[in-house]
Amino acid sequence: MSLIASLRTPRGLITVLLLVVLAVLPLLTQAFDQRYLLSIGTRIVIWAIAAVSLNMILGYGGMVSFGHAVFFGIGGYAVGILSHHGVASGWIQWPIAIVAATLWAALVGALSLRTRGLYFIMITLAFAQLVFYVGGGLEAYGADDGLNISRSRFPDFIDLRDKASFYWLCFALLCGTLWFCSRFANSRFGLVIRGAKSNELRMTALGFPVFRYRLAAFTLSGALGGLSGILLANEGAYISPAMMSWVKSGDLIVIVVLGGMGALFGPLYGTIAFFVLEETLPPLLDLLRTGWGEYWQIVFGPMLVLVALYAKGGIDSLFGSPKEWRRHG
Amino acid sequence: MEYLLLQMLNGVQLGLLMFLLAAGLTLTFGIMDLVNLAHGSLYMMGAYIAWTLIGWTDSFVLGALLALPATFLLGIVVEAIVMRRLYARDHLDQVLATFGLILFFNELVRVIWGPAGKSIAVPAFLNRTVEILPGVPYPAYRFAIIVVGALVAVLLAWLVARTRIGMLIRAGASNRRMIGALGVNIELLFTLVFGLGAVFAGLAGLMAAPITSVKIGMGDDILILAFVIIVIGGIGSIKGAFVAAMVVGQIDIVGRAFLPDLLKTFLSASAAASASPAISQVLIYVVMAGVLVWRPTGLFGQRS
Repeated sequence: MSLIASLRTPRGLITVLLLVVLAVLPLLTQAFDQRYLLSIGTRIVIWAIAAVSLNMILGYGGMVSFGHAVFFGIGGYAVGILSHHGVASGWIQWPIAIVAATLWAALVGALSLRTRGLYFIMITLAFAQLVFYVGGGLEAYGADDGLNISRSRFPDFIDLRDKASFYWLCFALLCGTLWFCSRFANSRFGLVIRGAKSNELRMTALGFPVFRYRLAAFTLSGALGGLSGILLANEGAYISPAMMSWVKSGDLIVIVVLGGMGALFGPLYGTIAFFVLEETLPPLLDLLRTGWGEYWQIVFGPMLVLVALYAKGGIDSLFGSPKEWRRHG
Repeated sequence: MEYLLLQMLNGVQLGLLMFLLAAGLTLTFGIMDLVNLAHGSLYMMGAYIAWTLIGWTDSFVLGALLALPATFLLGIVVEAIVMRRLYARDHLDQVLATFGLILFFNELVRVIWGPAGKSIAVPAFLNRTVEILPGVPYPAYRFAIIVVGALVAVLLAWLVARTRIGMLIRAGASNRRMIGALGVNIELLFTLVFGLGAVFAGLAGLMAAPITSVKIGMGDDILILAFVIIVIGGIGSIKGAFVAAMVVGQIDIVGRAFLPDLLKTFLSASAAASASPAISQVLIYVVMAGVLVWRPTGLFGQRS
């Protein structure tokens, strides 16, 4: 099912409305003079790119990678380190950052995809922790405190210091990522990945080299994750090991499951829900009693438990059963 | 030479603490097929509960002894409310739910005990040194940790290898359905095993407290190390967890104690100081990656 066709259903309508609102968000925030909202919006869009890339392997492929935030770090540090040494042009920084993320993903994938289940979860986490500690040990780049960087330069093309332009660039890249993911999910390649999730043995018996397919998907997903890291570093003009802490990897898994695994727009819904909860739960709790807002995670934590226990399809399943799945089922 | 010996003892002490944490983790995974990220929260709760009880009773030993049944109770409550519903689920659901529990417990601690860290003083009768070899002093408290840790390890080995409950645990690890069909009350067994894991985690937390301080999130980093340990050792294997804990303990201490001097020969002092903890951590993960490449189910794991 193509992207355009999937937009003609009721769920499609909601998605289109959402995309339209996101597309004009800078105009809205300017009209209502809410600049803070634009910065949240930018982070939502960047995190959504990362979540879509995780969904490719987690949602479609069933590979529970617990270290996806490492690509925030690799993309971000590649940009930050180059900018620190005077390489300001984004035309040079960005491709290098993507190549770095791709190579790392290929290496980690080649080693960790040999394992299954909990071993896979833990080895992806371990590789992410490895990079996290390397980042914290880089004295020249601020160690644990991180490093302020200047944003990538694209002379005569776009000025990333302009908040609205930067937002639109991120949004365009999100649309590109979603388009890519929809092509992926419905391609022969994507179907092998999805097939291997439901029955690896059968896919192997059919003659598909499942390991190689998974490795390719893992590497692609890492490259897109690296892209989100580049954007995240440019958003805050700052890099630090904290951007790839294991809690961020957990947040990404939460987002993908919350939004709906293996649904094209699930990660986008999940990211919006996650950030909206993060911004609205504290003031809501403060309404109940002043001071409670600070402890919003005491409500958020059990909400995750409930989502895990009772809401398997995530937000996406609220919009009706996903026909996309059946067609290939 | 003495320095080396003392550092190796520190490594053994750290390894035993991590073994206590890893033992509960490997049991719950081996028997209930449960990925419990919130195991580190039980470690943290053990330390905080002990802090309160030591304050009430004004005695380290009494407070610590009372904290153990309290963490057992906490473990049973957590098992009954959340974990029991997760056994049959896939790993992703378990990761998500227990990740939520971590957030909950970290915030709960902040509500009850406040955001500032607490410290537990080393009890007076252990606040001295013992001579482990003639003329070689070693802090008595750290030595006590080694003794308690070793005793618990032996107790656990005896429990699993020689008792009826251990027999059920081993049977449960190899075939849960079968022992259920044979009329064993699996639910009770699962609750008991989870409570046991909670006690070990709490014990590790309260013993570590006088050395590291009691703070929010104290269990999160060490939990990841505990996972690394059970993965290196082979999930479900107590023996594997013990061997891996010892190896990881030694690597960590070697990194902290010897790398700075080594690195100073070609790096500035401050760069060496910030790089060496990172390198020792990296080394641990490199060992883990190496073991998994060599044996994808860990050193003592079951081959499928």
